Amino acid sequence: MNRINKKLQEDKKLLSIYFSAGYPSLNDTVSIIQNLEKSGVDMIEIGLPFSDPLADGPTIQASSTQALKNGMTTEILFNQLKDIRKTVSIPLIIMGYFNPILQYGVEAFCKTCQEIGIDGLIIPDLPVDVYNEHYKAIFETYGLINVFLITPQTSVERINFIDSISNGFIYMVSSASVTGSSSGFGEIQTSYFKRIANMNLKNPQIIGFGISNHDTFSQATQYAKGAIIGSAFIKNLTQNGLASISKFVSQILR
Amino acid sequence: MTYNINDKGYYGEFGGAYIPEMLYPNVEELRQNYLKIMAEPSFKKEFDQLLKDYVGRPSPLYFAKRLSDKYNTKIYLKREDLNHTGAHKVNNTIGQILMAKRLGKTRIIAETGAGQHGVATATVCALMGMQCIVYMGEIDIARQAPNVARMKMLGTEVRPALSGSRTLKDATNEAIRDWINNPVDTHYIIGSVVGPHPYPDMVARFQSVVSEEIQWQLKDKEGTTKPNYVIACVGGGSNAAGAFYHYLEDTEVNLIAVEAAGKGIDSGESAATSALGREGIIHGSKTLLMQTNDGQITEPYSISAGLDYPGVGPMHAHLYTSGRAEFISITDDEAMTAGLELSQLEGIIPAIESSHAFAVLAQKKFQPKDIVIMNLSGRGDKDLQNYIDYFKL
Ligand SMILES: Cc1ncc(COP(=O)(O)O)c(C=O)c1O
Repeated sequence: MNRINKKLQEDKKLLSIYFSAGYPSLNDTVSIIQNLEKSGVDMIEIGLPFSDPLADGPTIQASSTQALKNGMTTEILFNQLKDIRKTVSIPLIIMGYFNPILQYGVEAFCKTCQEIGIDGLIIPDLPVDVYNEHYKAIFETYGLINVFLITPQTSVERINFIDSISNGFIYMVSSASVTGSSSGFGEIQTSYFKRIANMNLKNPQIIGFGISNHDTFSQATQYAKGAIIGSAFIKNLTQNGLASISKFVSQILR
Repeated sequence: MTYNINDKGYYGEFGGAYIPEMLYPNVEELRQNYLKIMAEPSFKKEFDQLLKDYVGRPSPLYFAKRLSDKYNTKIYLKREDLNHTGAHKVNNTIGQILMAKRLGKTRIIAETGAGQHGVATATVCALMGMQCIVYMGEIDIARQAPNVARMKMLGTEVRPALSGSRTLKDATNEAIRDWINNPVDTHYIIGSVVGPHPYPDMVARFQSVVSEEIQWQLKDKEGTTKPNYVIACVGGGSNAAGAFYHYLEDTEVNLIAVEAAGKGIDSGESAATSALGREGIIHGSKTLLMQTNDGQITEPYSISAGLDYPGVGPMHAHLYTSGRAEFISITDDEAMTAGLELSQLEGIIPAIESSHAFAVLAQKKFQPKDIVIMNLSGRGDKDLQNYIDYFKL
């Protein structure tokens, strides 16, 4: 069974952390992942940096840009991760935009992911219909779970369709926004969270975008299986460095 | 083979809508409605009326006698430079603002490089009393001060794009992010035949008035609707799409698309996408784009801010790979020389973008009987300082 599915069966709320690979320094990737696992994080999204991250706010843009300046490439990331399964056992997901994956070759990319022990992919600009028509079979061959996003604007019909073709979890974008906007959740968000929770979808939901601290994490996980923190984690890395990872995580989970 | 869009939103293998789910409702709303709205008699009437009374269409098809003598062929200029706001861009912004109104949108966003599309958008927003925000790279804001001032005068807020390389592609990213953040009340007026489907097709249709007019104007003057050549510059490709549109399927008409070679194709400072690009995804469209081996989008260069884009619309990617259009790239120096020549032979100062198209005349041999249509996409007022600096006038 895929590590993601196994993790989703655990009787607890899940904390997933996103970071941009190659930031703050090119070779921090493995150390960040190991630290996150040790600190009690349930799942990790490794960001493959892209020059033009359309769905991301200033924090992730800046960390991606810096990662690219540091020299990060798809090849280097795969090399850094080559022995990751010797030390890390939680689910690992690569999150990246479609163009770098397309240039690497979708099949070659998926094959390398399987060899390394990557469990899933999140590709925000790979549309559901294109995935279904051209790439689903490849992902399945290499045992990768593809995670789709829904937003407050996604229609019920489309949510049901996305649920039907998903086999891990659904990434619930908390509000109509790019990453990194975090002013807490109001009435609009919580009613959206409730609405989705009441749909009783086949796939559990994990909420992302705008989760920044213990409060927003608890609020989100009242309605969903877990939550994802990205920008707030990266900000903390920028300010306090890798040594602060366990403190950051314990403040979220306290 | 067809050269126009298919019902799935692709030109051959290019196009589609490679967008994050956050944009899906906006783009889908547009996709489901744009053809229906454009076909409404009341829409057509309002669009045509504004193009006539406000923009000043039809734009003249002018026989350029001295230029024709020099190159020993028959050259006609399609005078998009005479449009209100000075370029073809306004054909699209008039269409899209009417579209936005019918979709019930109250807030307009746009990206701009040189500022021409920004000004054309600010203009129609003033005309319709709509709130307008234009994203512009911080570097372009400094390079194109007069157009920034024009937008402000028209009541538009110009927001600097501070991310990435701080030019057109980053302004486009910022506009897309704004649209993600404001999915309900906002319409994004894209300035060229780029972006996710249905934008390339919608913008091409609004610009197609250019070749529609060329057909009847040429019939009046030459007794035929068909020229031998249509030549246009390509940044994203909207003026070329408009000039080519009604000739796409008529292979007797040769189409020439002119890209900016910058300091030369191999100089590392170029914007010649067809020569330097590979298939990939930019701004929601599968097309040709300039990128590293690793799929990171690279920064183009051209003396002309309007051609300084690392991609090209999917229609043009298809015209290139299918061989339907000939692609020629022109350096900064060649373009500037051609701009000076047009000024002094015909009394018309072209936009530097358009000057690239004119430089083809010195490179390609035409027959005396050939009818050559040059799409004069814009006037040179905005570029005066560039010309002055370049020629030390
Ligand atoms: C006068 C003029 N011509 C051409 C262009 C290039 O755009 P497109 O290729 O979409 O026509 C621009 C863009 O700013 C322009 O201002």
